[in-house]
This record gives sequence, C-alpha cells and structure tokens, in this order.
Amino acid sequence: MPRRIVTGIQCVRHRVIDSIWRLGYATRFFLLTLIKSGTSLRRFTLVIRELYFTGVQSLIIILVSGLFVGMVLGLQGFETLQRYGAESAVGTMVALSLLRELGPVVSALLFASRAGSAITAEIGLMKATEQLAAMEMMAVDPIARVVAPRFWAGVISMPLLAALFSAIGVYGGYLVAVILIGVDEGSFWSQMQSAVDFHYDVVNGIIKTCVFGIAVTAIAVFEGYDAAPTAEGVSGATTRTVVTSSLAILGLDFILTSFMFRGMG
Amino acid sequence: MQRATMDLWVGLFVMAGIGALLVLALKVGNLGTYSANDSYQVTGNFENIGGLKVRAPVKSAGVVVGRVTDIQFSTETYDALVIMNIDSRYKFPKDTFASILTSGLIGEQYIGLAAGGDEATLKDGDTIMKTNSALVLEEMIGKFLFNKASEGSSSENSDKN
Repeated sequence: MPRRIVTGIQCVRHRVIDSIWRLGYATRFFLLTLIKSGTSLRRFTLVIRELYFTGVQSLIIILVSGLFVGMVLGLQGFETLQRYGAESAVGTMVALSLLRELGPVVSALLFASRAGSAITAEIGLMKATEQLAAMEMMAVDPIARVVAPRFWAGVISMPLLAALFSAIGVYGGYLVAVILIGVDEGSFWSQMQSAVDFHYDVVNGIIKTCVFGIAVTAIAVFEGYDAAPTAEGVSGATTRTVVTSSLAILGLDFILTSFMFRGMG
Repeated sequence: MQRATMDLWVGLFVMAGIGALLVLALKVGNLGTYSANDSYQVTGNFENIGGLKVRAPVKSAGVVVGRVTDIQFSTETYDALVIMNIDSRYKFPKDTFASILTSGLIGEQYIGLAAGGDEATLKDGDTIMKTNSALVLEEMIGKFLFNKASEGSSSENSDKN
C-alpha cells in the first residue's frame, strides 16, 4: 500500500516537472523565434506566402461566421430590447458586443482551429519527414526559414481578420435589425456611434486581437516543432494546438478584459 | 523577385482588413464626429452628481457642446468637481446654469447648460457658479413618502378634532 502511494507521488512529480520543463522549452523557443525573425523580415516574400495560407484562406470562414454572429445578435438583441421599448439600441448592443468580446474571441478561436492546426500539422510533418533535419544539414536554420515567417504571418493576419469579422458582423446586425425587422436606420447608426468610443472600444479590441494572434501562432509553431516525429505525434500535436490555444484565448480574454474595461463605460 | 497571383490576394486581404478597421473607426465608432476641435475647460461644483460618468455629454438645448473629462471630489467643500471640455465654437455667458439631467426614464445622465444673460463669457479654467444637482430617485421617493405620512397623520388629527 505505501509503495503504491510512493509511485503515485512520483508519477505526479514527474508530470509536474515535465510540464515545467516543456514550458521553459516553449519560452526559449519563442524567444529564439523572435531573435531569428530578422531573416523573414528581410525576405518578406516568405511572410507573404504564409499570409496567403493563414490569412487569405481563412477569409471565407471568418466572413461567413461574422455575418451570422452579427445577424443572431441583431435578432436576439431586438427580441430582448423591444420588451423595454429600446429596440433602437440594438445597434449599440451589436457593435459593443462584437468590438469588445465576440469579434476578437470568436475570430481567434476560428483562427486557431483553421490556421493554427494547419501550421502545427505542416511543421510537424516537416519534422517527421526529416525536412527540418535536412535544412539544418544544409546550414539553413529551420527556425528562421520555417517557423518565423509563419509566426509573423499569423500575428499580422489576426487583427485584420478580427476587424473584418466585427465589421461584417455589424452589417449583419444592420441587415436583420434595419432591413428585415424595420428598426429606424438613423437611430441604429447614431446610437451606435454615440456609444462606441474609438480609443476605449476599438483600440482595446485591436490590442486583444494582437495578443491572441501572438498566443495562437506561438502555440501552433511550438507544438509543430515539438511534435514527436510520427503520425501519432503529429495528430496529437494538432489536437493540443487547438485545445491549448482555445484555453489560452479564453483565459487571456478574461485577464485583458479585467484590465481594460473596469466599469467606467 | 517575381510578382505572383498570391501577392495580389495578400494585397487584397490586407486592404480589406485595413478597410474594415476604417469602417469600425468611422462608421461604427465616433472618431468621425470627434474631431480634435479646440476646446476650453470649465469646472462645476455639484452637491450630488448621481450616476454621472466621465465621457458623458454636455448638452445645451439638446445639442452636444462638450464632454465631461474628469470627476473629482473636493475635501474643502465636500462637493463633486466636474471638469468638462466645451467646444470653443460655443461661448457661454458667465452666469450659465449647469444641471445634471437624465435622458429618458432610465437613460444616461448628462450635463445640461442653460445660458444666462451675462455679457462676459466663460473662459478656460473658469468655474460655473450656478449648478443644480442630480435628482436621486431614492431621496425623491423618501421625501414623497415622508410628505404622505405627514399628510396622513395631520388628516387623522383633524378627523379626531
């Protein structure tokens, strides 16, 4: 019996030490990526290539889901607000919830599952087929050549995608509230404009998306680089990317929100 | 370095993203209406500001003429100091009356300015002398109940007599 407890404690200790080890390795990898990103900024075509894969190809899913999220917000907002005779505030509700929370968070979650998983699978497969090792043999640094362009492409495309998500969501809300239901168009826009502050709402939303972009792509490239070089290892790493980055997005969102919006609106 | 179709798509993507940011800033946000006009700062001492918040509008005749920039508490007079920036296009007489009003029954609170008849106008750093505090609903209900109660007791007394 005591023997079992001892092995149990050892198992837990081993896991804790292992995860701390991995966290340290991830931090070192992240710093190394930042240090070695000079090459990818000089040869910007590399970043543009990755921008095409992470940014342009995520456009459809971001635009369609943004439109539908905005439309649902318009419907639900109207449904609730009309009970208080305040249905003209539906524009305010749609714009504020998109700019502050839903735009950054939902587009980051979609980005993590659409682009983050692809980045992990690509880098993991490159490792499994020993392409990364071959690059090292040819004195090409895989972090500078493979990891850094993907990281920067993700960091650049995330705020743009989230802005598109919020903008199309506002028009989705407009479509439902003004065109389908018939809320007054003038009060829809003017109440929205008087309630949304550029620095307080828009800029804080952009800061959020930048942080999410860094977190998602850093997790994705690290999981890919750290994947076990087998088919199982790559699939496990892809799953871990989606799970870890979704949790990171939601956790970071809470921290950032508590810093940014302290009930002074 | 060759130009590729990929570059065109990436260019379109970046342009669309920046366009969306502009839409958010100008159409959704209030950056367009918030031009960096010159403004002058005046202070008002209020006994009670109710639920007034920083960034609340300052209106005169229903037109937004400025915004509340800061709210402080004065330990000398035990009053609230409300500092507001007023657009320098609008000049107000020195004896302007400032009151805290509510838009609608449960709407946000704002400062309403009612111009007086003085020749001299308010300048940067001036203090508004005449102010009217916010109506606090609890106090009003309390007064109303108190009046009702005193009326009731006086009528009872008159019945006995």
